[in-house]
Amino acid sequence: MIRETRKIKSQLAIIGTGLAGLAAGIFATEQGIKTTQVGHTGSVTYTTGYLDLFGSLSGQQYSDPWQGVDELKKEYPNHPLCQIDREEINVAMSLFVEKLTEMGVGYLKPGSKNLDALLPSGVCKPTISMPLTMAAGIRAKKTNASTLIIDFIGLQGFSGVEFVANLKPSWPELSNKRLQFPGMESGQQLFPEVMARSLEVPENRRKLAELIKPLINGFEYLGLPAILGIHLPDEVHREMEGLLGIKVFEIPTMPPSVAGIRLREIFEQRFPAQLITLIPQHKVEKLELTDGGARLFFKDPFGDVEIESQAVILATGRFLSGGLAAGQQSIRESLLNIPVSQPKGRDDWYSEKYFAPEGHGINRAGVEVDDNFRPLDEDGRPLSNRLFAIGTVLANQDWVRQRCGAAISISTAYQAVKRVAGLILDSTIDSPGKSGKISSPAR
Amino acid sequence: MKTNSPAGTKTLTTKVLIIGGGVTGTGVMRDLALRNISSILIDQHDLNSGASGSNHGLLHSGGRYAAKDRDTAIECRVEGEILKRVASNCIDPCGGMFVAVDGDDLDFASQFPDHCQAAGISCTPLSPSQAMEREPSLTKKIVAAYEVADATIDPFRLTLESVNHAMELTDSFYMPHTRVEAFEIGDGEIRAALCRDGRSGEQIRIEAEEVVNAAGAWAMRVARLAGCNNVNLLYSKGTLIISNSRMSSGVINRLRPPGDGDILVPGGTVSLLGTTSATIENPDRITPTVDEVDRILAEGTDMVPSLADARFIRAFAGVRPLLMASGHGGDGREASRGFALFDHKEQNLRNFATVTGGKLTTFRLMAERVGDLIAKRLGSSAPCKTAVVPLPSGPAICWTEPGFSARDWYARQDPTDRILCECEMVSESSIDSIINEAPGSEADMSVKAISLRSRVGKGSCQGAFCSIRVTSYLYDKGIYSSEAGLAHLRDFVKERFKGVRPVLWGAHVAQMELAEALHCDLMGLDLK
Ligand SMILES: Cc1cc2nc3c(=O)[nH]c(=O)nc-3n(C[C@H](O)[C@H](O)[C@H](O)COP(=O)(O)OP(=O)(O)OC[C@H]3O[C@@H](n4cnc5c(N)ncnc54)[C@H](O)[C@@H]3O)c2cc1C
Ligand SMILES: Cc1cc2nc3c(=O)[nH]c(=O)nc-3n(C[C@H](O)[C@H](O)[C@H](O)COP(=O)(O)OP(=O)(O)OC[C@H]3O[C@@H](n4cnc5c(N)ncnc54)[C@H](O)[C@@H]3O)c2cc1C
Repeated sequence: MIRETRKIKSQLAIIGTGLAGLAAGIFATEQGIKTTQVGHTGSVTYTTGYLDLFGSLSGQQYSDPWQGVDELKKEYPNHPLCQIDREEINVAMSLFVEKLTEMGVGYLKPGSKNLDALLPSGVCKPTISMPLTMAAGIRAKKTNASTLIIDFIGLQGFSGVEFVANLKPSWPELSNKRLQFPGMESGQQLFPEVMARSLEVPENRRKLAELIKPLINGFEYLGLPAILGIHLPDEVHREMEGLLGIKVFEIPTMPPSVAGIRLREIFEQRFPAQLITLIPQHKVEKLELTDGGARLFFKDPFGDVEIESQAVILATGRFLSGGLAAGQQSIRESLLNIPVSQPKGRDDWYSEKYFAPEGHGINRAGVEVDDNFRPLDEDGRPLSNRLFAIGTVLANQDWVRQRCGAAISISTAYQAVKRVAGLILDSTIDSPGKSGKISSPAR
Repeated sequence: MKTNSPAGTKTLTTKVLIIGGGVTGTGVMRDLALRNISSILIDQHDLNSGASGSNHGLLHSGGRYAAKDRDTAIECRVEGEILKRVASNCIDPCGGMFVAVDGDDLDFASQFPDHCQAAGISCTPLSPSQAMEREPSLTKKIVAAYEVADATIDPFRLTLESVNHAMELTDSFYMPHTRVEAFEIGDGEIRAALCRDGRSGEQIRIEAEEVVNAAGAWAMRVARLAGCNNVNLLYSKGTLIISNSRMSSGVINRLRPPGDGDILVPGGTVSLLGTTSATIENPDRITPTVDEVDRILAEGTDMVPSLADARFIRAFAGVRPLLMASGHGGDGREASRGFALFDHKEQNLRNFATVTGGKLTTFRLMAERVGDLIAKRLGSSAPCKTAVVPLPSGPAICWTEPGFSARDWYARQDPTDRILCECEMVSESSIDSIINEAPGSEADMSVKAISLRSRVGKGSCQGAFCSIRVTSYLYDKGIYSSEAGLAHLRDFVKERFKGVRPVLWGAHVAQMELAEALHCDLMGLDLK
C-alpha cells in the first residue's frame, strides 16, 4: 500500500522540545508565529526544576551571576551568554517565567542575585529562579529555621538522613522523619510522578497531612521531595500549607522529576493549539534547506510527513538528546552535518579528572553561530538565512558545570525567535539565499 | 587480640602478618589457616586493588607459554587442573582456542602442537570451518586453529572466598586501607610492622612472629622497607577493555608470539580484550589511555571483526611485577619460574619472606610455597591442603558473579526488596548481605567497597543512578551519618571515570553526559 506523504505548512519549524525548544515555542506563540514543533518531550523531565542563569566558572561559584558572566567574557568570549546583552537575557528569562506562571506552574521572578537552591544531597547550588513550591526552602536555610524533612519508604535516591547530614553543619535546626506514603504502603518502589498525581486528589492530601501533623510540633518549615501535584502545584502547595499550618517547600528528586513533568505537561496540554502544532515523541529524520525556508521529513504511524516552513530553529540538544553524535574519533551534528567545533582528538574530549574544575573539552564542543544565531559552515558563513541554532547544541559553553542551562536555552531561544519574526513578519529583512540546497551557503 | 601500647598507638598481635590483599596474599592466608595458623591480612587499599583486580581472568591452559617457557607452561597446566577441582565455583571451564590469521607466522603456528605436547598440554587441531562453527564471531581469515583447555576464573570471588574461608577456620582477619610504612627491626627479625589507616590517618603497630610480603608489584618497595635490596622488579603495565556483551563462548588466543591485544576472554555476560604491555617507572596511579584502547581494539578486530562495533563499558590497567635477574644467587629465587620466593636469610632476617611475580593461574602454588616455609619456621608439620580441600562458597560472596543478584532477586519474589542498581539488578537485600557478611565489611562500608563485592556500578549506566541510590541507602541504614558519605560517592564516581574515559565514544558519551548532569547538577558533587 502506498500512502501519500502528508504535508504540513507552517511559518516556523522548531526541532527539539527540550528547554530551548519549549522556550522558543512560547516566544513564537507570543509573536503570533504559526509554528510546528517536533521532538521528544521527555528531555525536560530530567531537570531539577531550577532555572539557572550563571553560577559557576572554573570551580568558582558566583552569588552575583553577572559578575560571573563578566569573568566568563574574559575566559570564553564566544560563550552564548556573552553574545547577548544583559538586558535581553533578563527580558527573556522574565518573560519565560511569567508565561510558565500564567500556564499554572508558578516560578519566582528572576532577581539580580543567585538563590541558594537545595539539592537532594544537601548541597546547595546557585540558581536564578525556581518553582514557587520550592521557594520557602531558601529562607528556611538562610534563617536556620527549625525544619523537618520528610522522606518516604520506597522513594529511592531521596534520603532525609543524607540531606540533613550534609546540611547540618550550616543548618543545625534541621531534622528528618521517614513516613509511608498514604495509599502506597506496600513497601514497593515509589515513583514521584505517581505520588504527585495522587496528591492532586484532596482526600489524599488530607491523609498525608494527618500523618505529618503529629510530627511538626515546634517546627517552622516542612521540606518534602518534589511531589506536590503535577497540574496545579501551587494550589496543592497552598493547600498543604493550610492543612499543616506551617511553611512547606519541595526538594528536587532524581529524574524523571515532577518539576520536569510539570513543564512537559504544560507543553503538551496548555499550548494554544491554534498557533502551535506539537508533534511529540517523534524525531525529524531529514532536514532540507530551501530558498524559502526548509523541508523537514519524518514518519509517524500513519506514514510519511513533510513539514514545509519559512524558518527553522534547531534546538536538538547534545549527545543525550541526539543533537550531537560522537564517533570513535570525531563529533558530528546529527541532522545536517553542520561543522562542530571540538577538541583535536578523543584524548582531549575528557580531562583525566572527572571533577576537573575547568570541565571537559567535549562539553564545549558544538555548533558555532553568528550574531544572529545562524549556524556556520566550514568557511564561517551562515548555512542559511533561515536556519537558527539555540540551546545546548551551541559550542563554547558548559551548561552543567557553569550552571547556565536554562539561561542559554531561554535567551538564545528569545534571540532566534526575534530574528524569525523579523524574517517572517517583516519581509523587508528577508533576503533569501541563492540556492535551494544546504551544500551552498545562503549568502 | 588488641592491646594498647604506651604511646597510644594501637598494637595488634598475630602469628603471621600478610602484606597484600591480592590473590597471592589471600591465598597465603587460606593456606596457613588450613594448617591452623592464624594471620592478619592487610592491604593498603582493599582486596584486589592491584594486579589481581585488573587482569584477564584467564586460567591458562599453558598453551600461551608452550613455545617460550616450558616450565611455566607445565606449571599453568598443573595448577589449572587443580583449581578446576577445588575452586570450581570461581571457574567457567569454557575452553579456548588458538587461532592464526592471514599474515601470521605459519612456522610458529605449525610448531604449536609439538610444543604443547612436550608440556603435556592437550591441543586438538581444528579446521577453519570447525573453528568458525565453535566461534562464529571469528574472522574468516583463519589459517590455523587449535583447541585447548583454557578456562576463566573470577579473581574477585577467589580472594573473597579465600579470606572468608580463612576467617571461618581460624581467628584470622582482614584489614583494608592499612598500609605498611616501616618495620621495627632488631636481632635479626622484624618485631613489628608500622602501618597507617589510609582513611583515618591513624597509626597501627602489628606484631607478628612471621611477616609475609605478598605485595605484588609493590613487593620491591616493601622489601626495601625491611632493608632487603635483593627483590628487583620491572613494572609492566597492561591495559584491557571490557565489552558490554559476551563476544565469544570460549577464550580466543592469537596464535603468534605473545603481543598486544591478542586474547579475548569471556567473563560471564561480558568479554575482556587485551592486553598491552609497557614498562613503566612507578606502579602507582596507573590509568588506561585512549591510545592503548585504540591499539588493543585495532589488533583485536583482526581476530574478531565484530569488536569494531562492540560497545565497551570501560578499560582498566594493571601492573605485572616482572622479576629481574639479581646479581647474586642463592637467595631461593627460582629464575626459570614465573614467580620467586625470597626467604631473606641472606639479608639477616629470620622471620620475613617475599613472594612475587607469577600469575593468577599459579597463585595457589605460590601460596603453597610460602605456607611450607612459614609452617616450617613456626615448627608446624601441617601439610598444605589447598590442592585437596575445596574452596567453600560463603553466603555473601556470590554477588560479584554477573547475573547472580538478578537470579537471586527473581527467586525471592519480594517486591519490597527494592532494586538499587537497575543495570545489574542489585537489590537492597543484597547490599544488606554484603554490608553484614562480606569479608572486610566490618569496617566503614563505602560505595566503592560495596562495588568491589558486588556488581554495583559495573553496568552500562556508568553508576549514574545506582551510585546515588546506594549512597542514599547507606545513609538510611546509618552506615553514613556525615558529609563523609557524599565524599565517598565523589571518590567512587571519580575512580570509575578513569576506566570509562578511554572508551567514551558512541552511545557512551550520551550516558556520560547524563551521569555528569546527575552527579554535578542534581547532586552538586563538583561544588563542595
Ligand atoms: C539531570 C539534569 C538536571 C538538570 N538540572 C537543571 C537545573 O537545575 N537548572 C537548569 O537550568 N537546567 C537544568 N537542566 C536542564 C538543562 O538546562 C537543559 O538540559 C538544557 O537547557 C538543554 O536544553 P536544550 O533544549 O538545548 O536540549 P535538550 O533538553 O537536550 O533537548 C533537545 C531536544 O531535541 C530533540 N531532538 C534531538 N534531535 C531531534 C530530531 N532529529 N528531531 C526532533 N527532535 C530532536 C530531543 O528529543 C529533545 O527534545 C538539567 C538537565 C539534566 C539532564
Ligand atoms: C593486565 C594484566 C593481565 C593479566 N592477565 C592474567 C591472566 O589472564 N591470567 C593469569 O594467570 N594472570 C594474569 N595476570 C597476572 C596476575 O594478575 C598477577 O600475577 C596476580 O594478580 C598477582 O597477584 P598478587 O597478589 O601477587 O599481586 P597484587 O594483586 O598486585 O596484590 C598486591 C597487593 O599489595 C598491596 N600493597 C602494596 N603495597 C602495600 C603496602 N605497603 N602495604 C599494604 N599493602 C600493600 C596492593 O594494594 C595490592 O592489592 C595479568 C596481569 C596483568 C597486569
